[in-house]
Amino acid sequence: MIAIIDYGAGNLFSVKNALDFLGYESVVSGDKTGLERADRLILPGVGAFPDAMEKLETAGLTDVILSEAGKKPLLGICLGMQLLFEWGFEFEKTKGLGLIDGQVDRIRAPGLKIPHMGWSDVKRAADCPLSEGIREGDRLYFVHSYKAETDMENISLYTEYGDLIPGLVFRGNVFGCQFHPEKSGKTGLRILENFCKL
Amino acid sequence: MLAKRIIPCLDVRDGKVVKGIHFVDIQEVGDPVECAMLYDRQGADEIVFLDITATHEGRGTMVDVVRRTAKNVFVPLTVGGGIRSVEDFKTLLRAGADKVSVNSAAIREPELISEAAAIFGSQCVVVAIDAKKVGEGEPGDGARYNLFVNGGRIDTGKDAIKWAKEAERRGAGEILLTSMDTDGTKNGFDIDMLNAVCAGVNIPVIASGGGGTLPDFSEVFLRTDADAALAASIFHYGELTVRDVKNELAAANLPVRL
Repeated sequence: MIAIIDYGAGNLFSVKNALDFLGYESVVSGDKTGLERADRLILPGVGAFPDAMEKLETAGLTDVILSEAGKKPLLGICLGMQLLFEWGFEFEKTKGLGLIDGQVDRIRAPGLKIPHMGWSDVKRAADCPLSEGIREGDRLYFVHSYKAETDMENISLYTEYGDLIPGLVFRGNVFGCQFHPEKSGKTGLRILENFCKL
Repeated sequence: MLAKRIIPCLDVRDGKVVKGIHFVDIQEVGDPVECAMLYDRQGADEIVFLDITATHEGRGTMVDVVRRTAKNVFVPLTVGGGIRSVEDFKTLLRAGADKVSVNSAAIREPELISEAAAIFGSQCVVVAIDAKKVGEGEPGDGARYNLFVNGGRIDTGKDAIKWAKEAERRGAGEILLTSMDTDGTKNGFDIDMLNAVCAGVNIPVIASGGGGTLPDFSEVFLRTDADAALAASIFHYGELTVRDVKNELAAANLPVRL
């Protein structure tokens, strides 16, 4: 059973729809027990970093996520991926979950439109079980104005948009997608399925 | 690099797909969910549902169509037509839409754009603009692009370019520009109008109206800064498939998701 973490930020049902379509059981859950019972966790998120961290705190979920992350695979999506890092610099400096080394800052892409929105082609970096079957040049759907800054060894897929944009990051059993795998057609579904099969 | 997007649009009335020529003479064909799944298989980069009756005959119920589509189609889904309030945004986004497109209501009440952008984020807010060249001569020299509402029936007398700029300032994430002059003609997109709008804003612009043949689609990306091209009837009647169009773009060395 996969728990999709509900903390009042983002489109949980798109992720649930994709998991249903792939045939994996999931539950949308915002309580400690639900997260403890699950065998893997997905942290979605749309919105701003400080607000999302505050919502996680208010829902009393920060500590549960931190303790469960060591025991089972965790996948952050979009803002949920950004929250995995140590610090966010959206509006103000905010402490993140710190599960992956690095920080989140504004995309620097002079002359390009922000947000970076649409289908961008990815390049492969470090090998990771979630990028299995994904080829260089495959396109994934991105919508974001901030991006992660982390060591290349934590990056499995990245794209370029004026700047290097980490697409799929990982450290141990903690994974994060800046793109929306649930909105990226077959390529995105493959990445979700790779996570479900871990 | 971002791919140029090809977006099939499904005009929906009472839960069925329809397509009008010049927005009138409507005939019914097809189930929207089935059509959306077909387009997804053909490689659509995004799918737009437009509830064409909503403005006139009260708010149409697209929610069920959106919910069923979102369970089967995993590319971004945009819904428009008759959106009047932040509450309408919330209902459709919760049903599985990724973006909501506003037209008439945003012109009557521009705060709707700002409010929706503040609550749901700019990436959810598409402002649809129906425009038509009025007056004699070239745009800016005797003629101008006016903003039309109610499915292109009423001329607001307002300048469409100024409105696009205001929409961006208020937080719109994207402009869906339909030229009333080329819509339904299959003679190609309105290159001049697109260039005028693209020059005025720094958010993505979706070209709509006039795409009829394969070269029309490569032309719109080679001659304008449009980020996406939308078409309804040619896809709906199977004259071209989304795949055909994308192969055309690839042959023209345009970035495309194949």
